[in-house]
Order: sequence, then C-alpha cells, then structure tokens
Amino acid sequence: MRQTPMAERVALAVRDLAVQFGSEQGVVRALDGVSFDLHAGRTLGIVGESGCGKSVTARSILRLIERPGIISGGRLLLDPGTAEETDLAALNPDSRQMRAVRGGRIGLIFQEPMTSLSVHYTVGNQLVEAVRQHSTASAAEARARAIELLREVGIPRPETRVDAYPFELSGGLRQRVGIAMALAGDPDIVIADEPTTALDVTTQAQILTLLKRLQAQKNISLMLITHDMGVIAEMADEVAVMYLGRVVEFAPVRELFAAPRHPYTRALLRAVPSILATPRQRLSTIGGAVPHPGLRPTGCAFHPRCGERIGAVCMERIPAPVPPGQAGASCFLEEVVAA
Amino acid sequence: MNVLEVQDLRKHYPIRAGLLRREVGRVRAVDGVSFHIARGETLALVGESGCGKTTVSRCILRALTPSSGAIRFTPGEGREVDLATLPKRQMRPLRRHIQMIFQDPYASLNPRMMVGDIITEPLKVNGVPAAERRERLMELLDLVQMPPAARSRFPHAFSGGQRQRIGIARALALHPQLVVADEPVSALDVSVQAQIINLLLDLQDRLGLSMLFVAHDLSVVRHVSDRVAVMYVGRIVEIAPTDALYRAPLHPYTEALLAAVPAPDPTRQQRREAARGEVADPANPPPGCAFHPRCPYAVERCRVDRPELTATESGRWVSCHRARELDLAGVG
Amino acid sequence: MSATAAGDPPASKAETRFAEATQLQLTWWRFRRHRLALASLVIVVLFYAVAAFADFLATNDPHATDARRSFIPPQGIHLFDENGFNPHVYGLRGVRDMRTFKLAYAPDESRKLPVRLFVRGYDYDLLGLFPTNLHLFGVQGAKPGEGIFLFGTDQLGRDLYSRMMVATRVSLSIGLAGVLLSLFLGVLLGGISGLYGGWVDTLIQRLIELLRSVPTIPLWMGLAAALPNTWSVTQVYFAITLIISLIGWTDLARVVRGRFLALREEDFVVAAELAGASQGRIIFRHMLPSFASHVIAATTLALPAMIISETSLSFLGLGLRPPAVSWGILLQDAQNIQVLSGAPWLLLAAVPVTVVILAFNFLGDGLRDAADPYG
Repeated sequence: MRQTPMAERVALAVRDLAVQFGSEQGVVRALDGVSFDLHAGRTLGIVGESGCGKSVTARSILRLIERPGIISGGRLLLDPGTAEETDLAALNPDSRQMRAVRGGRIGLIFQEPMTSLSVHYTVGNQLVEAVRQHSTASAAEARARAIELLREVGIPRPETRVDAYPFELSGGLRQRVGIAMALAGDPDIVIADEPTTALDVTTQAQILTLLKRLQAQKNISLMLITHDMGVIAEMADEVAVMYLGRVVEFAPVRELFAAPRHPYTRALLRAVPSILATPRQRLSTIGGAVPHPGLRPTGCAFHPRCGERIGAVCMERIPAPVPPGQAGASCFLEEVVAA
Repeated sequence: MNVLEVQDLRKHYPIRAGLLRREVGRVRAVDGVSFHIARGETLALVGESGCGKTTVSRCILRALTPSSGAIRFTPGEGREVDLATLPKRQMRPLRRHIQMIFQDPYASLNPRMMVGDIITEPLKVNGVPAAERRERLMELLDLVQMPPAARSRFPHAFSGGQRQRIGIARALALHPQLVVADEPVSALDVSVQAQIINLLLDLQDRLGLSMLFVAHDLSVVRHVSDRVAVMYVGRIVEIAPTDALYRAPLHPYTEALLAAVPAPDPTRQQRREAARGEVADPANPPPGCAFHPRCPYAVERCRVDRPELTATESGRWVSCHRARELDLAGVG
Repeated sequence: MSATAAGDPPASKAETRFAEATQLQLTWWRFRRHRLALASLVIVVLFYAVAAFADFLATNDPHATDARRSFIPPQGIHLFDENGFNPHVYGLRGVRDMRTFKLAYAPDESRKLPVRLFVRGYDYDLLGLFPTNLHLFGVQGAKPGEGIFLFGTDQLGRDLYSRMMVATRVSLSIGLAGVLLSLFLGVLLGGISGLYGGWVDTLIQRLIELLRSVPTIPLWMGLAAALPNTWSVTQVYFAITLIISLIGWTDLARVVRGRFLALREEDFVVAAELAGASQGRIIFRHMLPSFASHVIAATTLALPAMIISETSLSFLGLGLRPPAVSWGILLQDAQNIQVLSGAPWLLLAAVPVTVVILAFNFLGDGLRDAADPYG
C-alpha cells in the first residue's frame, strides 16, 4: 500500500459520467453528468432514492453495464494525476486490462448475498477462482488464502466452512462471504452496493463494523452506496447526494447533516424517520414522487418538488454541477449566495 | 376495553422426512405468544427474520389456522369471539371488522380493476348499495388524499406511494375495528415513506384506529406506535409503551436491536455492538432462553430454564431471568 | 400533504389515456409494436378469410375429376397480348400419345381463354347458406374440360388451386375445433387441479403424465384404425377432432394449474378474501382475468400443433379420407416419388401449412410477450 497522505490522494476520479439506456420509448438518461472524487483510504457515501442512478454509477465504473445501456460520455480515472492514470471508460469492457481492474484494483460487494454467489459451487471454489484470477497462486496456496479470507471476515471455523455451499449459510454469513469475494483479488478500492439492505438489523450492525475494520486494516478506499441516511452517518467520511442521475450535493459527513446545502438534502433529512424521535412525531415530507428518468423535468431536476424555488430560472436552466474535490451543492440558491 | 386479546398463540409446522413422511421435528414459528390491543391503540410487533411476526398477523386474520391458543376479538357492537377456533365459514361475516394493509404496493392491487372498484370491493361484497358505495368512495379518496379522478384509473398509472394510499383506502372502507398493517412502508422510498407515515398518524387521530403494526424498522415504529412488542424466534421477549421501551429497554435483545440501528446523526457516539452471532433458527432453537448464545449477560440459568413473559411495573412485560438486575442502555 | 401537491404538472392527455387504459388496451398497444407478430396476425386473418370464402376463391369444382387432364402443369396467366392488357390462359386440346394411345390434354396456344373477375362457375353455398355460382375470378367461354389451372392438376385431373382453397377450410377449422375442446378441458381440469390441490390435484396430474407418456403416433394409429370404414366424412372429421384434443388439453391444463397456484398467493387475491369475497367471485373476477392472456397465448400456440397433427394423420392415411379435402390429403398425393418427379407442383400444398404454422407461432409469441412483458 502506498504511503501518501490520505486526504490528498484521489484513488478514483469520476468526471461528467453520462450513461443512457435505449428503450422503446426513446433514450433514457440514467446518469446525466456525474462527477466526484473517491479519496484514498476514506469512505465515500453515495446516497439517493430509487432512480437516482447510484447503482448504475457503481456498475459503470466496473464496466458492467450491458446493452441497451451505454456510457455516452465522461471519464473514469483510476489513479488520476499519476503516471499510471487509466480511463476505465475508454477501455474495452472485455479486455484483459479491464478484467485485471475488476477484482484486482476495484472489488464489488453486492446487495443480495443470495443471488451474487453461485449455487453450484462451494464457497471455497468461488473464492479460489477469484484469488487465482488476480495472482499466480497455486491451487493449494489459493485455498489457504481462501480460508484466511474467511477468517478475516469473521466466519467461525473457516476450515470447515470453506467447503460449504452458499445455501447452507445464513444471510449474514453469505454476505461475509460476499465481502471475502470482493477482497480476494486484494483490491485497493471497494464498491459496496447496498451491502446491508437485505439483512436483519443486528446482522447489519455486524457487517458495517466489519467493513469499517477491514477498511482501516487494509487501507481501502470504500465507496458505499445506500439509501439509508443512518448508515451514511455512521460509515461515511464524505457524502455525495444523488438525484435523478446527477450529484446535487457533496460534503464531508458532519457538514452534510449539520448544514445541508441543497433543498433536496434538507428535505430528505427532515423526512427520514429517526429512532430518536418522539412518539407520534410527524415527518416533514417532499411532495410528489421521483419522476421517471425518461420524463426528466426541464431545468433543475428537483424543481417540481422543491419548496425553495427562487423563480423561473429553476425551470429554465440546469444549475452548475458541484466541482469535484470541494463541498457544494448544484443549486441556484448556492450560486446566489456565492455571488 | 380491548379490541383484541391473544393468548398463548402457537403455530407449528411439522418437518417431515423419510418415505412415510414421518414428523421428525417442528418449526415453532409462533410458540406461545400473548398480548392485547386496546381500542384506539397501535401496537407494534417488531423483530428480525424468522421471529414469527408475520405468522402472528396471518393467524389473527385467519389466513392461517393456529395450532393452538386463543384470539379473542371484540367487534364494536358484538360480543367477544375466539377467532382461533372459529370454523372458516363463520369467518366471512367477521371479515369486515379486521382488514389488512399489505407490504407490496405493486402486488396488492388487482391490475385489471379500476381503482374505484378496488376500493369499493369490500363494500360491494358486503351488500352495500351502489349509491352509498359511490359516496363512501369519495370520502375514502379524500381521506387518503387522492384526487377524485383516480377512481377511473388503473393501478399501473400510480406510483408506489399512491398505490399504498389506495390500499389503505380499501382497508378502511368498511370501518374495520382492527387494522393489521404488515410492513406498510418498507417497500417505499424515504420521501414517500414519510408521506405514508404521516397519513397513518392522521388516520389514527381522526378515526381512532386500533392497529397492529408489524415491522422490522425500529425508526418507523417509534413514530407510529403506542406500545411495542419485541419478538424473537416465535416468542415475545418484551412489551412496553414505546417511549419506555426505547429509553430504557428491559430485555438484552431489545437493547441489541436498538443499539444496532444506525441513527442519522454522525456526531452520535459509536454504538455498542450488543449481540454476537446469527439470528436463531426457529426449527432448532437453543435450549433454555433462545437468545442466550448471543446474550452478553447470559448466566448458567439461561442455558437451562426458559423464561416466561412476566409483568414488571405497570404496563411492562419482559421474559428474562435477569430483568430486575440489568441496567440496559436505550436510545435517547 | 396531498399526494399530488406542489410537484406534479397537470396530467397531459396522453398520460390520462395511459392511466385509464385497461390491461387489454395496454396489451394491444404493446402487441402493436411487435412488427412480426402484427404481420403474422394479418396472415392468420387472411387464411381464415380464405377458409370462409374458399369456394368463392376457387375456380374449378374441387371434386370434379377428368382423367384426360391429369398432371397438367401450372398455367401462368398471361397478362398482355398483341391487343394490350388482356389476361388470358391457353385452352386445351386433346392429344393422343402415340406410344400409349392414351388421350390427354395439352395446352393449345391457338386458343385464348380470357380471365376475368367475378365470373360464373360451379355451384356452391356461400358461407354455407347462400346458393350461388359467383367466383372471384375465372375463365369465360371455356369448353367442357377446359379451365384455369393455376397450380396445375393432380392425377385425377382435379384443379390443385381450388382444392387447396377448400383444404384450407377443412384444415383450419379442424384445428380450431380441436383447440376449443382442449381449451375447455384444459381450463376445467387445470383449474380444479390448481384451486383445490390435495388428492384431486395429484389424480389429475398423474392422468396428464399418463397421457403424455403414451407415444402419440401409435396411439393415433390405433384410434384411427378403430374408426369404422363405414363412417361418413363428417363423422370421421369429428372423431379426428376428438382424438387430437385428447392429448392437446394436457399442455393447457398445466399452464392453467400453474397460474392458479401462483395467483392463490397473490396479495390482491388475499385482499379479496379478507374483504369477504365468495370463492366464486375470487375465481371469476380476480383470478380468471389474470391468466386470460396466458391462456390465449397458449391456445394460439396450441393451434399449430393441432394443424400439424391433422395434416400428419391424413398424410399417413389415418385421418380424414377422400373425398374430404385437407392439406394432409393433398400431400398424400405427393407421397409417390415417381409421381413427384413428373409433377412436382403437387408439393405446393406444403407451402400453406408451413406459412400458417409459422404465422401462428409468431403470433403466439407476440401475444405472450405483450401480455406478460416480465415473464
């Protein structure tokens, strides 16, 4: 692992990522110019509701988007600013280089532990395959590494569990295996796509603790995708809030919760039910519903539901995107304040 | 006055094996559950997967037949009746008094029926004349804040939150005495969830609803319920008024649940991880107290003796041998 | 806060249309976009139109034999002659083969028979009700034995084109009758099986498996051989329909049973039960409409199987018998390789079979996709 100062080095820089899907109704823009930095050794939380594009972002980074979806613009810079800077968006998704990146540099933890592991192979088989994909280990060495990985993710008696089939394990154990799979290639970046949404709450707590521990131990840059503001508060160092394919706010986590800059963030925080609430406490709501990405509103995507509109400009023009590397919001209110 | 009294409810599923399909074990999905719901009160039933809360709700609705136990239901004007032992035929006239709000807004509305017909179906089936049905439909649409034009549209025209409103309107059509809400907001986005939670709170106030709220999300439960019953592997481990439960839980499992929920506040102290291991298997629960392998406070007695749900101070029940000695941490 | 407050723009006309569209309309809109399926629908409709108006489209009496005009090759219609646009065919004249001394007809280019629309020809009953002798097109001024033979003639001198028209009627209607019977049996037994479960379900499923495991061709052969020779054409027709439906209903029954089992657990069905709806209402109002589209799709895909069954049976001589006319019977004439080498146009009967089977398959696929885009 490198020893450069943490907050300075950017492990992955996403610039103006645009992804669209062709459908019978026409072209749907799932991502409409997404930019953010993932700093080395830190956790970036990506939060948003359905249709905001957070899962599409994760899959685009790993070039897992299939037809009829394509990346229609932008750059995905791995190791930006260094001699080995690579634009993943420009690579052929089936190329050896990209396959080396998948798992070897960037690992992915899926939401559903039930479906992300193959039912036909034992846990050990799948781990060994992942290990050997990214190293020159022999079969025996890979098996030893697999058992080691299972131990690292907190699975009791890994020497026996390594020969279990996924359906023999509980949901929590399966997700630990999923984490082990993501780490098998020894990546320095891990993307976790809603890793705890399908789990019980006590299991969720264990998995989150595990992720935090592993990140610190291995100095991993973690991109955590979720819709749960509580998880964000607990895990993230920096947060990108997404809405309808755009980043509407980016800030360090404490700033985001203490002084949110974007009306959507403000409304979202007021709408989240809290375990600390008083009984019968009403929540403040956001009117309407998230529009279908194919029926994107003109101008600012949030303006039809925004309680803080400042005038015709919100409907006519798209606010400037948040410049990567800084805290800010993509909103005309911000521009007015800054001016 | 209690609208519902559940006593020692059990639902067991036999596990059969071998050529002759002999019973080799049982899944004790619900294993002796007792609680009551007072009129106008919302009781939340919380727990993780396999705890049996959904099974309890289905037994109350008689979508499942309980293995044993009593479910004493008192419809407003009638006398008390035990739903558990009632023959299925006799359930039909009682159905109008207990209605359900479903979890999945996309599966709970017949895609081939107009919204107006969906909402008034319970009325039609129970012999309400057409003119009255029309009037009631307008009332209900207004109650759930849906526009009148919705009645001639089909479900596919509506979002998840709107469909859930339609489902709620249908559930309320017959002025039911008891509403069973089975995870009504867990399939919705955060911003929509807030709308439905507010709607439920409004309806509780306006109609004095008695509600059984089945959920796994403790944050939602805190907003919506008057009392909370916590279930683990088919049994209730604690019942208490909401505030009391959250501030000062009496059962270690409740403490673990509360500690595990991430709160949307980054300045909050890192929580204690209060439960090790995995949720127990209802087909093969640990001996003694089912929670003891995971409990940080377990002693020898807990491995041997199964604790019973006993009353403590007013209104609180807990099933733990060490309830009086332990000082557990709640959330503010 | 209202569900349609602040945010939503007023519903556009298109949105309202979408919102108020029934499932049937949605299905039709989805189906319309499927070009191949739409074209197949048109083809199928055309075929049934031919079946309805078979005699109107025919030119010669399908049953009239004349040994002298056997194996005449297909006659092209010549559109122009020295006088301009004048569709015509050539007449026939007798020619004695000098080796066999048999008299046969051959085209006589000196005689031109004009081909016109709406001519009078042989007698028939239009749609089975109205006696007439009007035909879509034909020749005028023909001598006995002459006529227009678009697809040539067979060994007995019968016009293949006219026979194909009439065959269409028989083959398509037998398929239809068979499918309707299968539909009835399939929905009834499959429904009972899925709704009640238990030993009824087990019994019916084992019966289905039993029927399906019997090898079909020997079964048909046995049953067809059991039909008395003395039976009339009509009786044989209905008996064949019954035989084909005997197996055909099993597929549909399984589909129906599967849908019932799945639907029983659906939330909206449970909701209806909880509201106090009767069993009857639940079946007819909630469950049946839900799988109607599946059943229609499955039926549309069952039709080609029926048609192939009849064609195969008749081809093997086990199904319909002459003087009935069906595609299978027409193809019977093409079994003999010697005959075929001399008169290859007899194979033309295979073309409509192939086209209609393909069309039904595409149509059924399109219907299935439109009815259930996710499954």
